[in-house]
Amino acid sequence: MIKEINFKLNGKETILEIHPLKRLLDVLREDCGLTGVKEGCGEGECGACSVLIDGILANACLYPMGKIQGKEVVTIEGLVGTDRYAILKESFEQAGAVQCGFCSPGMIMAAESLLRRNPHPLEQQIREAISGNLCRCTGYNMILDAVQMAAKRGDGIW
Amino acid sequence: MNKDISTPVKRADVSEKLMGTACYIGDMELEDMLYAKTLRSSEPRARLVSITYPEMPSGYFVVDKRDVPGKNIIKMILEDQPFFAEDVVNYIGEPIALIVGKDKAVLRELIAKTSIEYERLKPVFSIEEGLEADTPIYGECNYFAEYRLKKGNLKEARSRAKYICEETYETGYQEQFYLEPQGVIAEYKDGKAVIYGSIQCPYYVKNAVIECLGFAPEMVRIVQATTGGAFGGKEDYPSLLAGQAACAAIKANKPVCLLLERNEDIEVTTKRHPSRIKLKSYIDENYKLTGMEADIVLDAGAYAGLSGVVLQRAMFAAAGVYNIENLKVKGKAIATNKAVSGAFRGFGSPQAFFAIEMHMEHAAKTLGIDPLAFKLRNILKQGDKSTTGGIFREKILLSEMVDRVIQMSGYEEKKKLKNANEYKRRGIGLSMFFHGCGFTGNGERDHIKGRARLVKNEEDHIEILIANVEMGQGAQTTMRKIAAAALDIELNKVFFQNPDTDRVPDSGPTVASRTTVIVGKLVYDAAMELKTKWETGKRQEAEVQYQYPEGYQWDNDSFEGDAYTCYSWGVNAVEVEVDPITLESEIKGVWAVYDIGKSIDDRLVRGQIDGGIVQGLGYAGMEVMENRQGRFIQRSSTDYIIPTAKDIPMIQSELMCEPYSDGPFGAKGLGELTFVGSPIAYALAMEDALEMRINNIPVRPEFLMEVADDDKRN
Repeated sequence: MIKEINFKLNGKETILEIHPLKRLLDVLREDCGLTGVKEGCGEGECGACSVLIDGILANACLYPMGKIQGKEVVTIEGLVGTDRYAILKESFEQAGAVQCGFCSPGMIMAAESLLRRNPHPLEQQIREAISGNLCRCTGYNMILDAVQMAAKRGDGIW
Repeated sequence: MNKDISTPVKRADVSEKLMGTACYIGDMELEDMLYAKTLRSSEPRARLVSITYPEMPSGYFVVDKRDVPGKNIIKMILEDQPFFAEDVVNYIGEPIALIVGKDKAVLRELIAKTSIEYERLKPVFSIEEGLEADTPIYGECNYFAEYRLKKGNLKEARSRAKYICEETYETGYQEQFYLEPQGVIAEYKDGKAVIYGSIQCPYYVKNAVIECLGFAPEMVRIVQATTGGAFGGKEDYPSLLAGQAACAAIKANKPVCLLLERNEDIEVTTKRHPSRIKLKSYIDENYKLTGMEADIVLDAGAYAGLSGVVLQRAMFAAAGVYNIENLKVKGKAIATNKAVSGAFRGFGSPQAFFAIEMHMEHAAKTLGIDPLAFKLRNILKQGDKSTTGGIFREKILLSEMVDRVIQMSGYEEKKKLKNANEYKRRGIGLSMFFHGCGFTGNGERDHIKGRARLVKNEEDHIEILIANVEMGQGAQTTMRKIAAAALDIELNKVFFQNPDTDRVPDSGPTVASRTTVIVGKLVYDAAMELKTKWETGKRQEAEVQYQYPEGYQWDNDSFEGDAYTCYSWGVNAVEVEVDPITLESEIKGVWAVYDIGKSIDDRLVRGQIDGGIVQGLGYAGMEVMENRQGRFIQRSSTDYIIPTAKDIPMIQSELMCEPYSDGPFGAKGLGELTFVGSPIAYALAMEDALEMRINNIPVRPEFLMEVADDDKRN
């Protein structure tokens, strides 16, 4: 069963002929070549495949394409190039928030999603916001520092 | 580069990782690539009677033991583990065959439609069963390794002892849970096998594939892909995947990609060894610990893997940071019908340190003296002898480090505080530990003999050629810093790509906290050689090989001498708040001081400290992996719980360093050290809060409830 799915991907109107049960994660990685979206668990636990769907943080591994009809999807590739990404990138670099890097694009998406909702988050709010994104390398605190640093530097941009 | 080498610089690999352009194994796509899925045993121990496959669609086929051109045995320490099961399976999840083809969904369906007929054999599930197995899995006595070591005269200590304390400690499984599951891609072209993979040890993989295929060394090439975390889990297991994928690629004559799914990875790859450690200590009238007997048993799983070496490290750490002059340590690695236990950050020492630190605490409590004072009375000092009679040559800063952690944490005040408020209890615990850097015993000297090469091109750019990998820890950055500082050139003139065995010499595996202290020193020495003969604008090379430092000695038959040439040290404190009714805990603070000789990059060092501590806290309190009848109960990311950002507080850490004369710029090992102390400090904090004795990790509310009930009954 192949259906036509219309959605906006990283700002571009996109039409795909695709099985509506195919996971968004696989479509992004295999059909759209967006491999910044990672598969860490495939069951919505790790957040490595985090994307924004209509501005809300979501695990791409849990979304069948049928549910993407008419929605707007933003991946890390869509965020790169924005001023907000530049600030996040610089902050993640300087805070030492990246080690193996497998969780990093998802963490950036989680940070972007938080700062859009709350440009000046408190420590506990950041912990809550990234608690759906697992990281096994950093122990999280340097990621926390990075988000705090980005909030300060990006004052007014989110 | 005139500034202090510890000053942080931008990570070499940070931009591509953040942007999502770093190429992990799952992101690689070779032309005409096929996928492979593994057919696994559903029995813990059985003879394979028959396998019935469904009809294979065109382009789909089976790869099994018959397709191994060379030896169907993974080259490791003992030769017991096949790439594909022969006639018998020894654990649930053991690979029997691959099914290979274009579409992953079709492969899953074909696996599901395959039926296997087994003849069940009597399985062995636990250390206890393993010690008494009448039908051994391995050898005649069902263990992969048995060692003993002796120091001093235990008889005398025993006769002089005023107090004797004896207890048993147990630790559980821990899964590495690197964020990127394991995977490799193999291709076969013009008679040469090329493997790309998420790996820690390119030459381990190469040697295993050479034996598997029966190829000449130059016909096997291993290339590391960006590796999404490893922690020991990608030390030996990738050799198995690489061999299997190589056999498949040869049969298909097309590239074959073998990626594990998360649940598969949790269930079948190597994990930290569960342990059972009995300690019996002899204490004189001055509260001096004069003797100890230790009996260490590790649950090794179905095949030997690295268990013998893990056991050695555990045994050599049996006395912890204490100067015990008379010792008897025995150790066994027991075969059981479960997934193979393997390398995981700490490699046997977290189990041993947990036992000795809890033991010291409990002994002091039994004697009615202050545990910390008792520990400090017995700690190692420069010139003391290790468990194997080696000499601690460098200055040991432990007591200063303890003082500093006490100060940072407000330990003394917190120790007095029992109730946080009406509803919650508080507790604080403090641990002391070391990590022997580099391979244990004669590993560096006789087995690895690592080599490093630097190549300078006509533009005076330097390339570092070593077999060690960046897996998140920052090796690309630290190695470049070491070379640049030694050569006194700009950092951006030094390059380090992921290793490719066709280009790099064998500098040994990326394990044992050896990359900075051992390989970093080789890079430093090669840089100094290049500096001496430097001619601007000319292509030049320098290659050096590991030299065992003078004045050290090791006898691998008697386990006598310097088991390590240097040690890193640490002191941790953890504070918890516990609900006395549900027995759930919250970690309120973590304080840590380490002696790592010299920090090569303060930011990377903090990354290791924070990451190691949090993994340790997971091990101690959250990460439960039980095995019933050979099957892991927690075998998905939903059931196996690792810490999230909400489970830990900010961590305060500092360095207090005694430089190591044979390390680059004085540096010693770091990565594993940071894991060892936090589980102990957590368990001690729980003990302090609840005023009960804890002998097992992970500490779980359910388990504490049982201990409390037992205490009430007694």
